[in-house]
Amino acid sequence: MRAYLGRRYRFSASHRLHSDAFTDAENQAIYGKCNNPYGHGHNYTIEVVVGGNVDPATGMVCNLVELDSCVQKEILDRFDHTNLNTQAFFQRTVPTTENFNIEVHRLLQAAFKQAELISIRVEETSNNSFEYPVPMIRQRLIAKQGRTNPA
Amino acid sequence: MILLTRKAEFSASHYYWNDAWSAEENERVFGKCSNRNGHGHNYTLEVTVSGEIDPVSGFVVDLKELKDVLEREVVRVYDHRHLNLEVPEFKTAIPTTENIALAVWKRLDGKIPDVKLHRVRVYELPDLFADYYGEP
Repeated sequence: MRAYLGRRYRFSASHRLHSDAFTDAENQAIYGKCNNPYGHGHNYTIEVVVGGNVDPATGMVCNLVELDSCVQKEILDRFDHTNLNTQAFFQRTVPTTENFNIEVHRLLQAAFKQAELISIRVEETSNNSFEYPVPMIRQRLIAKQGRTNPA
Repeated sequence: MILLTRKAEFSASHYYWNDAWSAEENERVFGKCSNRNGHGHNYTLEVTVSGEIDPVSGFVVDLKELKDVLEREVVRVYDHRHLNLEVPEFKTAIPTTENIALAVWKRLDGKIPDVKLHRVRVYELPDLFADYYGEP
């Protein structure tokens, strides 16, 4: 039987939202206080959901110790207490949480092979969270509803 | 269609052990969870149902009724129990978070009037949960 395992991790980092494609005035207008040249920081939470058949011998989708050590190595060791703008990936991409979410997914997709990576949710603050990709099971539900917004 | 989620809590003890394996193998795979004296958690259960809103009551499901079903079918059976030793489904299945989610689904499926069970989420810790959607 197919089940999903979710695990939450925390780290802290700073960033500045600024795009070379815009003028300074445009950057200020678009990103507001997030454009502060000195940067600012957040306590991020990353929620990783993996899926697979529950192994009858272990009762598990995957070994939690292996998931923890993979996320530690690929994500937390790389990003915790850093300035995201100095990371290679963000030399060409604005470190919004949307872009960060996609990068976390890419890194874990490449590194974690013990179960299927279903989705990554990143909470930038307790009021802002992002999720990528939208899990298949919810996509089917959205499709069944036939529309995504009320008429 | 609309989704509605109701939470319930229970506290229970468990251990992870596969009788087909040696003690060393159990310890290697399950680590400190294999301690045969058991250990415990405060579990949070989130049950999500889907259905249509009744135009008269404005409800998708009667929350009191849903609460009673969760209490009767799950909380009363699991709360302040040793899952391995006292709950029938865990005589054979290891009470991992995944297996608890599966077992709760089986206990609730078809028991909640007017709606379909959509998701069972079991938190073993605030940072660790399992989801089951009834998939084979």
